[in-house]
Amino acid sequence: MYGNDFPADDGPGGGLLGEVEAAEAALREAAERGRRGATAGEDLAAYFAEVIDADQKIEPRDWMPEAYRKTLIRQIAQHAHSEIIGMQPEGNWISRAPSLKRKAILLAKVQDEAGHGLYLYAAAETLGVSRDELVDLLLSGRQKYSSIFNYPTLTWADVGAIGWLVDGAAIVNQVPLCRCSYGPYARAMIRVCKEESFHQRQGYEILHTLAHGTPAQQAMAQDAVDRWWYPSLAMFGPPDTDSTHSAQSMAWKIKRFSNDELRQRFVDMCVQQAEVLGLSIPDPDLRWNDERQAYDFTQPDYDELMRVIKGEGPCNRQRMEHRRRAHAEGAWVREAAAAYAAKQAAKKEKVAA
Amino acid sequence: MNGPFDFTLRLGDDALIAAQRLAEWSTRAPEMEEDIALANIALDQLGAARLLLTYAGELEGAGRDEDALAYLRDDREFRNCLLVELPNGDFAVTMAKLLLLSAYQLPLYTALAGCADERLAAIGAKARKESAYHLDHASLWVRRLGDGTEESHRRMQAAVDEVWPYTHELFTPDPAAPVDPASLRADVDATVTAVLDEATLTLPRTGWAPAGGRDGVHTEHLSYLLAEMQVLHRAHPGASW
Repeated sequence: MYGNDFPADDGPGGGLLGEVEAAEAALREAAERGRRGATAGEDLAAYFAEVIDADQKIEPRDWMPEAYRKTLIRQIAQHAHSEIIGMQPEGNWISRAPSLKRKAILLAKVQDEAGHGLYLYAAAETLGVSRDELVDLLLSGRQKYSSIFNYPTLTWADVGAIGWLVDGAAIVNQVPLCRCSYGPYARAMIRVCKEESFHQRQGYEILHTLAHGTPAQQAMAQDAVDRWWYPSLAMFGPPDTDSTHSAQSMAWKIKRFSNDELRQRFVDMCVQQAEVLGLSIPDPDLRWNDERQAYDFTQPDYDELMRVIKGEGPCNRQRMEHRRRAHAEGAWVREAAAAYAAKQAAKKEKVAA
Repeated sequence: MNGPFDFTLRLGDDALIAAQRLAEWSTRAPEMEEDIALANIALDQLGAARLLLTYAGELEGAGRDEDALAYLRDDREFRNCLLVELPNGDFAVTMAKLLLLSAYQLPLYTALAGCADERLAAIGAKARKESAYHLDHASLWVRRLGDGTEESHRRMQAAVDEVWPYTHELFTPDPAAPVDPASLRADVDATVTAVLDEATLTLPRTGWAPAGGRDGVHTEHLSYLLAEMQVLHRAHPGASW
């Protein structure tokens, strides 16, 4: 099914970008159809259910179940945190990028991620929580970010592998969120997915160049894919049998596909692309299953995933320490900006009076 | 010696090394908005560096492209001013450096936009718009920090004291250049003094005027910067990326 949406000549992410655009069109149509507002004295829960059933969007002003609000805050915040922490593994190679063109592309990409983080924090704020609170939750370790960013970038090829596999997995995960029932999140995802798709293509290009380069470059590319393949598969979360949030999130149309469905979609997409790249996927049991019309593959090590989520991955401590240090070292600057703004406001008031 | 080549290389090296330093802030800025702004400015500088180095390579006529010039020269061959290679220090030092650099680049690129060399004129026309934004951004922060808290005032004044002496080198006369740097001095001084006044800051009283960058005699910092910047490119001679 998914494979058919993705002709080989369309390049990486091509079919997915089509889905993003379809979601954007659907969003516009839903807005044009309009919907009646809840009337005074109406059963708010019933109205909420009606909006969800009709594939309309819940907006910040609408009543929503407290658990729906909490689930969204948690999910959007973790998503925002992931963008911010996710700048680090790639940022690690900006100073050493091997050509000025690649340096510019990477710098722009890391900048985009900061932009996605801001955009997502703003979406979370529509649910009645402040960015500062969310940042505190991240820095104190009470909220998580994607496990993938706890792996180190050891060579330049890792920057390519992150673009191709990590951004690829992120897009597969996020494209369905473009149709999520909460309007601000759906709109954020449309914008984020478009840029991520561009990033994925750039990562693919890096790997393609390396895979067709010198023997040392080819080896570098294969080594990166070998290290990033399973952590990328694990990005879709635990298998459906162990996933705690799934059923309710599906009913609320926050989530639209299960972890395992999305993981399968990702594998099917990557196999074709790996062939074009001339790189192999490090899974001896990967093969086409004619009956299922999908690839059979080896599951990632979910015990390892749990250890990384718990804080025991290779870079968890380093990533958090880096974020905390930047925040702490910047405190005097933020305080100065606030003091200056207060002085300016006081001056204006004086002039006005 | 090839006059236009030397001039173009100097400007390209200034922009390249400034970009490398600014990019070091990525993931480290005091707030997320500033992370984006610094990356943005680094990208502008890098973009200008690429145009200038590409053109310098053509003027030289020895087959060197932007990457050959950026990655395969040693520090004794770099022609950037010392100001841009100084370490980032704290946020105040970075903003002091950016204020001085952009106050210099804006009139420089503006004058270049009207020069007879069409390529340099086109680069100047593009880069001056970006410099205006950089100057605006740096000025705002220097005012905020200078006129913010006691702590930020102290740090901002220390930063100005530290980097100001490095500006003198920028104005070394070169009457043969498409734009003689010496002709920019009054304009730059006026811009900087106005910002510092508003920020309740003062210029240091010192005659110390470190120089040498234009002759490839740098501070000890540049060699480390280049070692990091060039390590991967140099490890794979002849490879494409």
